[in-house]
Amino acid sequence: MNAMTEGYMTADGRKIGGVLMELKNITLRFGGVVAIKDISFDIRDGEIRAIIGPNGAGKSSMLNVISGFYTPTEGSVWFKGYQRGPMRPYQVAQLGIARTFQNIALFDGMSVLDNIMTGRLTLMKSGLLSQALWWGGAAHEEDEHREKVEKIIDFLEIQNIRKTPVGRLPYGLKKRVELARALAAEPKMLLLDEPMAGMNVEEKEDMCRFILDLNDEFGTTIVLIEHDMGVVMDLSDRVVVMDYGKKIGDGPPDEVRNNQDVIDAYLGVSHD
Amino acid sequence: MPDQLLFAMEVMLNGLMAGVMYALVALGFVLIYKASGIFNYAQGVLALFAALTLVGIQQGQVPFAHLINAVTGLHITHFGWTVPSALAILLTLGVMVALAIVIEKLVLKHLVNQPPIILFMATIGMAYFLEGFGDVMWGADIKKLDVGLPQGISETVESATDAMFGYGFFIDNLDIVATLVAVALVAALTIFSQYSKQGRALRAVADDHQAALSVGISLRFIWILVWSIAGFVALVAGIMWGSKSGVQFSLSLIALKALPVLMLGGFTSIPGAIVGGLIIGVGEKLFEFFAGPLIGGATENWFAYVLALVFLVFRPQGLFGEKIIERV
Repeated sequence: MNAMTEGYMTADGRKIGGVLMELKNITLRFGGVVAIKDISFDIRDGEIRAIIGPNGAGKSSMLNVISGFYTPTEGSVWFKGYQRGPMRPYQVAQLGIARTFQNIALFDGMSVLDNIMTGRLTLMKSGLLSQALWWGGAAHEEDEHREKVEKIIDFLEIQNIRKTPVGRLPYGLKKRVELARALAAEPKMLLLDEPMAGMNVEEKEDMCRFILDLNDEFGTTIVLIEHDMGVVMDLSDRVVVMDYGKKIGDGPPDEVRNNQDVIDAYLGVSHD
Repeated sequence: MPDQLLFAMEVMLNGLMAGVMYALVALGFVLIYKASGIFNYAQGVLALFAALTLVGIQQGQVPFAHLINAVTGLHITHFGWTVPSALAILLTLGVMVALAIVIEKLVLKHLVNQPPIILFMATIGMAYFLEGFGDVMWGADIKKLDVGLPQGISETVESATDAMFGYGFFIDNLDIVATLVAVALVAALTIFSQYSKQGRALRAVADDHQAALSVGISLRFIWILVWSIAGFVALVAGIMWGSKSGVQFSLSLIALKALPVLMLGGFTSIPGAIVGGLIIGVGEKLFEFFAGPLIGGATENWFAYVLALVFLVFRPQGLFGEKIIERV
């Protein structure tokens, strides 16, 4: 067996498993606009996989394909060895893929705790009737889920804002709450769309630490889009580089950093 | 105590009871508005339709009898049986859930992500269609609704107050029942929306569609759920108002009474609907009592709106409505 199916060890001693998701020849068109052109790559179990590229490269579109918000025009998505048919976003969430958004999508009117609890909706089993009448397992189930949520709150160090309506929180904390909600679903795979955007250095450091810790502790596979190159190079195991909807690089950070196409895409190249 | 004061108290008490009836209608509006940001113009018609269906099932009426007769040349109107009230209510609830599913499939599904005004227009369309549909299905005549709720003046209250003040209050039994039902309904709905999984999903959908999808909530299921609940509340309102004043077209106009209640209580608050209803109920009865004789009466038709307008000036989000806080 080769390393492709077996996985590998990272320099810091984390074990990366086999392929969790494989994207084969993905093309995504909106009318005449081609957002993604024939891109293939894989995501391994337990890996931190970054997608980078200049603005408008199609990174967020790619993430939306993975999360099921978009169905690719051509190509196929394989998850845990099965091809995924066209799905509704809520069904993808039920498969164990959680995400955060570039421009934060939280429930502003609800408290931090309630926001995080919504993350566990797919895991709650009691039916409509028992929920409505608060009978049977419903009350007990609520307690159980609440306990798990409290753990996540501790993990992300947001105990003191538990009851605060999300709308009142500053930006950095909102990002953290969004991460907490995604984590609450106990996802197999976590998609982060620019988790550090608009943060100051200290907040970025915190967020980096959380991402590394949760990957380490829960073994969550992480796919992230990020503009801060320092962060990407530090965090990720492998990096996909996109430009104008095409893949121009794929590999470990060091390899990608020295790739001529990538340097051209980022620094610009004269067209003469 | 002077008679005049006692009389005013009786008027006030009656106002409170009337307020509860308004609140029952307002509740349906609040539920749908909270969960989807739609002002459901059809809520009043939903109550009419529920009441019509209930009477129809109860009396064993053949649905679409007029249409069937016109096409086939038969002369059928009734199946010849009557259905017990409790069973008829359950069956009507089933019809309301089916209606919610049809509304989601035919209308709402196609209007995802449209601005609220479009959805509002859609509910106006639904209101008028449903009104006509109810007529075709059950006939346009005025019907009597009797599900065994106590009617008439409560003698217990009359004799109790007579013993206390030497003046018997006239309170309708039905109003007392309506009050109890409303209290139970509000308590149940509040608990459901605050502490249950579906209730939380419902609030989540109301807040942000995209985020709701990402945590695995099916929007379609939630919409069917919320319209079913609104249908249920409409059924309760339909039973109360239908028992009080008969099932007829004017039942759908109670929605107009719910509007000032909503402005007062706030469009997003369930307790607000109740408190708003009570203030409007008491306000209009007392105003009629004190100012009516001076300006020639008939103040009940417009006083509620004046009260609501005054509120709008000072507290546009209503008493309990959410104040939108935006960080810039």
